[in-house]
This record gives sequence, C-alpha cells and structure tokens, in this order.
Amino acid sequence: MNQWKNFSKGFIKDNPVFVLLLGLCPTLAVTSSAINGLGMGLATMFVLVCSNMVISLIKNLIPDKVRIPSFIVIIASFVTIVELIMEGFAPALFEALGIFIPLIVVNCIVLGRAEGFASKQSFISSLIDGLGMGLGFAFALTLLGAVREALGNGSIFGYKFIEGDAILVFILSPGAFIVLGYLIALLNRFKKTT
Amino acid sequence: MEYLIIIISAIFVSNIVLAQFLGICPFLGVSGKISTSVGMSGAVLFVMTIATIATWLIQTYILVPFGITFLQTISFILVIASLVQMVEIILKKISPPLYQALGIFLPLITTNCAVLGVALLTVSRNYNLMEGVVFAVASALGFGLAMLLFAGIREHLDLMEVPKGMRGVPIALVTAGILALAFMGFTGLV
Repeated sequence: MNQWKNFSKGFIKDNPVFVLLLGLCPTLAVTSSAINGLGMGLATMFVLVCSNMVISLIKNLIPDKVRIPSFIVIIASFVTIVELIMEGFAPALFEALGIFIPLIVVNCIVLGRAEGFASKQSFISSLIDGLGMGLGFAFALTLLGAVREALGNGSIFGYKFIEGDAILVFILSPGAFIVLGYLIALLNRFKKTT
Repeated sequence: MEYLIIIISAIFVSNIVLAQFLGICPFLGVSGKISTSVGMSGAVLFVMTIATIATWLIQTYILVPFGITFLQTISFILVIASLVQMVEIILKKISPPLYQALGIFLPLITTNCAVLGVALLTVSRNYNLMEGVVFAVASALGFGLAMLLFAGIREHLDLMEVPKGMRGVPIALVTAGILALAFMGFTGLV
C-alpha cells in the first residue's frame, strides 16, 4: 500500500471519530475545551503509535489464542506510562482529564488498530498507520473541543473573543452529543457533494 | 440514607451514560431495538457488580499494601477481561437459558469502558465494599434506563422522515443530547 495513502486515510476518509465512530467515550467526555481535546488526542496518539509498533514487531511471537489479552497488556503498559508522565509534567491537564486517561486502555480505536492492522502489517506500515489514525483522532477531538468552547464559553484555546456569558449548555454534557451529531452530519453532506 | 444518595445520584443526577460518557459504544451500537438493549443492560449489571467487587478487593488487599497502585490500570483491565471470560464459561455450564440471553453481549463488555470506569470511580471515591456494590448496581441500572429510553426513541425514529445527512448516527447523537438535556433536570436532586 502507498504509505502516503496509509498515513492520510486517518484524517478524513477513515477518521476514527467522524467515520469509524470508535473511541466516542473520551471524545465526548473531555472535549469541553480545545486544549483538553488536544491533550487527550495526543495522549491517545502516543499510545496508539507505541502499541502499534510493539505489536507489529512481536506479532509472530504471540500465539493466536491469547493475542487479545497480550494486546491489552501492551496497551495498558503504555497507558500507564502516559499516566505517570502526564501526572508529572502536566498536572492540570491530568486533573482535567481524570478517569479518562486510564480509560484509554478500553478505547476501541487502540485495540481496533492493533487487532485489525498492526497484527497483520509490517513495522513501518503500522507506525505510519498509528501516526495517521492518532493525528486524525487528535484533530477530531481538537475540532470538537474548539467548537464547544467557542459556543459555550466564547473562547478558543482560552482566548476569549466574546465578553460575558455564552451558551453554557454546549460545555455541559448535552452539548457534546449535539455538536458531534451535527459535525458528523456536516461531514456526510460534504462527502455526498464531492 | 447514604446508600439512597449513592443510588439516586448514580441513576439520575450523574447518569453514567448521559452525564459521565461511559459506555457510549454499546449505547449507540446495540440500542436499535428494545429487546437487545434489555439483554445488554442485564449483562452489564451482572459483570459490573462482580468486576467492582473483584477490583475493590485487589485494590485494598494487594495494590495498596504493597504500594504498587501505579499498576492499577493493567491489573484492573486484566481482571475484568478474565472475569468476563470466566463468567461466560460458568454461565454456559450452570444456566444455559441465561447464557442464551446474555451470551453474545458478554465478549463486548470487556471493552465497555463503563465497567472499568465504575471500578476506577469506586476506588477513587474511597467507597467501602458495600457502597461500591451499591454504586455499581445503581450505575448499571442507570445504564439500563438510558439504554431503554434511547432504544424506545430510536424505534420511533426509524419511521420518521430524517434529512439525508442526518440519517443514522448523527440523528441518534442529537437525540442522545436532548435526552441528556432532560436528565440535567435532575441536577440538584441530591
């Protein structure tokens, strides 16, 4: 497969959030601001790239029957690394993301790529796939976070452009569902016309 | 009284799906029909309660005394994964009808973040074992409630004229948003 295609598919065509609808729990939960979305996206991307690399390297050593538990252990190790690093270097972000950092383990996108891609492909392809999918995920979370923050707080990445109150409900839980619903609908529309 | 507060807050005020965003995948995935969502909710209730007990015991008697709480994520997910497997095998042997009803949903539950999420929340809120169990059962009931309501709405939605771009997932998400809005009415109840 063409490596550029392999890399870029995660952005629009197979975007993990907007098209594949994987990993929706953290997507909806942490995107109350753009910076939280970006942080979560990057953390997931790190786990995705590392686990994809390791799994593609040892795919021939793992017996077929225990492959899912082995994948989970590998993923959980990287999640623990992310947890410890974030607690040390970005305590505010760690606090804001809370329970959703350990929950990267059960993010379907990570296990999905491990099982569906890295366990069959070469090291380089898996690395690029992880990067592309991770970037696509981070992009989707940042976009969702930015829209919600703009509507709900009148700011983007913390820079306020509307004085006073905005539509608070977009930062609260219903806003997450509604904004994601409309973003997907927009993307569907866009795809139909091209 | 304390238990009552835990129950009401877990089911209504901070509903696990609509307010805490745990277990969204099954919530969107198997909520097409009322019958499947009942099966899924039953399986979640079952696994969530057992998993919370098991992880609470591990946290209290192994991880904390030995000072290895950084292994929490790995040990919890492994315990839950093996627990689900075990439950599946035991159910198959002991109660075939129950296995028939819950069987296909059990493997899906391993990657259901609601189970791991509730286990982690129980530990981080310093509940004792009894409170943990109550919290797990109430959370699972909250999951079932949201799931049933949503499935009921979606069955009606299938008969509606929906704009092309909104068909399928987008309209489901907007519906969930409105449902979450309704659940926000419970804020301040406890």
